[in-house]
Amino acid sequence: MSATRSPEGSGTNEPRLAVYVCQCGGNIGDYIDTQHVIDVVRDLPGVQVARDAMFTCSDSNQQEMIDDIARESLDGFVVACCSPKLHTFTFRGVAERAGVNPYRVTQVNLREQCSWTHTDDPAGATRKAIRLVTAGVARACHGTALEPVQVSTTPCVAVIGGGVAGMRAAIGLADVGLDVCLVELEAELGGWTGRFGELFPRGVSGRALVRRMRQEIASRPGIEVLTGARVVGKSGTYGNYRVTIAIGDATTERTVGQIVVATGFDAYEPVAGEFGYGSPGVVTLPEFRRLLDETDGPIVHDGRTVRSIAYIYCVGSRTDGHAYCSRYCCSAAAQASLLVADRDPDLQQYHLYRDLRTYGRNEVLFGESRRRGSYYLRFADDDPPQVSVDGEGVSITVHDLLTAGAELTVAADLLVLVTGMVPRPEDDLIAALKLPVGRDGFLNEIHPKLRPVETVVDGVLIAGACQAPKTVAESVASGMAAAAQAAAVLKRGVASLDPQVAIVHDAACDGCGECVAACPFGAIALAGSDGHAVATISASGCKGCGACTPVCPIGAIDLQGYTDEQVRAMIVGLLDGGVR
Amino acid sequence: MTTVQEAGAAVAERQPRVLVFSTNGISDPGIDLAGSLHMHYSPEVVVVSLPCTSAVRPDWVLFALEQGFDGVFIASDGDECAYLSDCARRSARILARAQDLLAEHGIDDRRLRMAAICSVCAESFARQVREFTAALATLAAA
Repeated sequence: MSATRSPEGSGTNEPRLAVYVCQCGGNIGDYIDTQHVIDVVRDLPGVQVARDAMFTCSDSNQQEMIDDIARESLDGFVVACCSPKLHTFTFRGVAERAGVNPYRVTQVNLREQCSWTHTDDPAGATRKAIRLVTAGVARACHGTALEPVQVSTTPCVAVIGGGVAGMRAAIGLADVGLDVCLVELEAELGGWTGRFGELFPRGVSGRALVRRMRQEIASRPGIEVLTGARVVGKSGTYGNYRVTIAIGDATTERTVGQIVVATGFDAYEPVAGEFGYGSPGVVTLPEFRRLLDETDGPIVHDGRTVRSIAYIYCVGSRTDGHAYCSRYCCSAAAQASLLVADRDPDLQQYHLYRDLRTYGRNEVLFGESRRRGSYYLRFADDDPPQVSVDGEGVSITVHDLLTAGAELTVAADLLVLVTGMVPRPEDDLIAALKLPVGRDGFLNEIHPKLRPVETVVDGVLIAGACQAPKTVAESVASGMAAAAQAAAVLKRGVASLDPQVAIVHDAACDGCGECVAACPFGAIALAGSDGHAVATISASGCKGCGACTPVCPIGAIDLQGYTDEQVRAMIVGLLDGGVR
Repeated sequence: MTTVQEAGAAVAERQPRVLVFSTNGISDPGIDLAGSLHMHYSPEVVVVSLPCTSAVRPDWVLFALEQGFDGVFIASDGDECAYLSDCARRSARILARAQDLLAEHGIDDRRLRMAAICSVCAESFARQVREFTAALATLAAA
């Protein structure tokens, strides 16, 4: 097997490569003629093996790649599949298992930037695919083996947010022997759940759950709890971040290996007049929960015993501005109706909904709610109920789709607006940690299934309802997932930094110092003897942005993985592609 | 090597070729999102992704146009760059240097465009490359 490391940037020794073109089921294969792509790129310089596959990421195909590499003594491979954001680590792992340097893997984006974009033009998509793969092969031909920079990591995690997700993450981390700094904005831990009584689906009390978690945290000396505190800054490098925490007017710093963000959600606040909100007898779901959780016996609101309740679903969800479904509210409303029925079986309850989403075990709540006398009426998306409020109560008019659109008027003593979750306005934290925010305003993971708690910011994880609307159980599960992800990195004690950093071609460098001034991380210094100083770049200090490369007047700096030679070869490949 | 002028004559029969420089963390996810939403644009638009807009070398722009691309579109980080708080300022300087380089070589600077494309700016990207493709076609016909 070739283990020779070719001189930096030079592609003089043509590497032995394989090319794999993924059909991604039909996601690529339905639009791009992958066999034709293979037939064209097979003859490119360096290509020893060229194949397409139904799913290149499948276990069986990964094994075939490993077998190819051994049989053909390959130096690396090009895989044309989905966006590199998804499977870079999958394919680098294949290379490692096959004994090939993981940085000799080149990925080509054939799905998001080709087949999915050009579903209207399969012939054009196929021509483009050939050009993209040709450029990938050209880039790979000029690639070099790179060794990751190893740094020791700090065995401590900053967990931001002391609701159930953050508390559970802290407990999980402490249990595997990592220190935790749990930063909570409020005066005490617990978040939303700490204010709730009985929770669905198992009937556990939120207050009792939080009390028990607080005790567990107090019994673990590795967990430091800072309340009335917020994170205002982050510096340092991956594995050893310095986190600045403000408590009142004072600030303090902690060094941490990973950061878990679990800042939770806000309840949607209806605007005045929205379904009568602001009038007597109209409350939101959280306000109603507080009434249920803080009182006993018959339901009393504004000094009057409530004899009938109406619920309007999807308030502030699946509308302009909040296009998403908040997922928990249907189940929460069905559960609330059961709590009401327990206290006053004769109270009339009317549920006005658009669609119901009581998934998993929560379906039982919905069935039980109907069995115990709740009426469910369905309205159309474009025909919401009309609410009028007078001194005697609330009157709601609805066209019920379940009775052929009949106009029904419900008179209720109390109207509950079943409000959803909205993202918290955490602009300062988002700016301090450079957190990725999705179109819905919640924080974004890299991939909801494959990398559900990681963000594009290395070492910054997310958990709980800051990511998307979640139930208590789902928040706890994601807190544990974040703890497992952080521990998987920190328990090794060392982390690998991306070696795709900038390098100086010493012989060319004339020591002008332009790059030193251009580097915002202070990673470049002038050093040398005999009066000939050259720029030297710290591999652990360099973040790999490449901003120093265009400022060098003589082109003496290259960014590994994106060298001048590689980019020019790609440009040529993108034009040629066998179809010029 | 095909000169830009020669390439211009051939452009009548095909769609203009556009090279996009994107960035791994910001504009490339935006371009990915355009694909995920099946927003169409010309398949002659191809993308090279770099870590940061501040890493685009002006001579790559010249090289791409000399080699046969009809236009270069820099899908920049704008103010969202994860590396550099002043990335927009640096990108603007790179654009100016590239424009000077094109002027020196007698290449119409309308063949180079730059716009900030955020990680969810799918619609903006699709619209801008469609407009750029149309503008380049007009340039070729003129």
